[in-house]
Amino acid sequence: MELTEIFKHHILDHTYTAINIAGFTLPITKHLIMMWIAGLLLIFAIPILIKNSYFRSAIEAVVIFVRDEIVVSNMGEKHAKYTGYFCSLFFFILVCNLIGIVPFGATATGNISVTGALALSTFLFINFAGIKEHGLVGHVKSIAPQGIPWWLYPILFPIELLSYVTKTFALCIRLFANMIAGHFVLLSLIGMIFIFAKVSIVADLVVTVPFQIVMSVFIYLLEIFVAFLQAYIFTVLTAIFTGAVLNPH
Amino acid sequence: MENLYIGLGYIGATLGAGLVLIGAGTGISKIAASACEGTARQPEAAQNIRTTMIIAAALIEGLAFFALIVCLLGVLNK
Repeated sequence: MELTEIFKHHILDHTYTAINIAGFTLPITKHLIMMWIAGLLLIFAIPILIKNSYFRSAIEAVVIFVRDEIVVSNMGEKHAKYTGYFCSLFFFILVCNLIGIVPFGATATGNISVTGALALSTFLFINFAGIKEHGLVGHVKSIAPQGIPWWLYPILFPIELLSYVTKTFALCIRLFANMIAGHFVLLSLIGMIFIFAKVSIVADLVVTVPFQIVMSVFIYLLEIFVAFLQAYIFTVLTAIFTGAVLNPH
Repeated sequence: MENLYIGLGYIGATLGAGLVLIGAGTGISKIAASACEGTARQPEAAQNIRTTMIIAAALIEGLAFFALIVCLLGVLNK
């Protein structure tokens, strides 16, 4: 089997079926179903699980952490009402990342369209928060720093605008690459077992299989850690960028 | 001639991956070193320093993954 074939089967998306709405053919793929499962889990399973008081304290601890460390410490006390968006972002990315580790699950955030959509929603949120705070003209004026000579404006304004787009694009690529790298390394490690089987089966079973299985367990643990870390980093960077827009000095 | 292009792609991609690792490793190790030193000088600021370290390391790692994806594109040509 070819490397690109295995890559396509295990890491990229498969289309199961397609539905036709009003002339558009919308494909239903595995990553889409995983995103629906994550969404339904968050909408319907959490209110049922909250009835248990231990689980409620755990969720409360996480939400208070998001509000105090992420939202209030970066955007100020009076913008604590944005905690809803940041909590949704954090929990959605976390559940999407963790579903990819379960057998027969796929990482929905391992698709660049999904992370691109998340980064786009972050971009819209940053601009929305800036416009709501300073008004439309004030937000456009606050893109370039204040107090510089007038002839620097035409040079500095496109650069600052480009830095918005680059920061958002970097968010997208960071999440996508972190999620895909874990699965790709796992694929290579376990694939090595099958490659060595062509050379000699006995040496394969004795030497390669235990070693690769130990390495795979280690990579799984690393993937769980990276799932939590990347969800946190996405949320924190969104909060930092929004804070830089809301308090431009 | 096709094999030449595929072979050159492999050489470029693997060398690139090694260089990405050198760059990212140097950057993140400098951050971790100053974080350890700052925590040793003032243990009360440990929590703040740890948060800053994680954020800075994630920014550098994001750029390293940019370069890694470019290397991956070098391998996957036919």
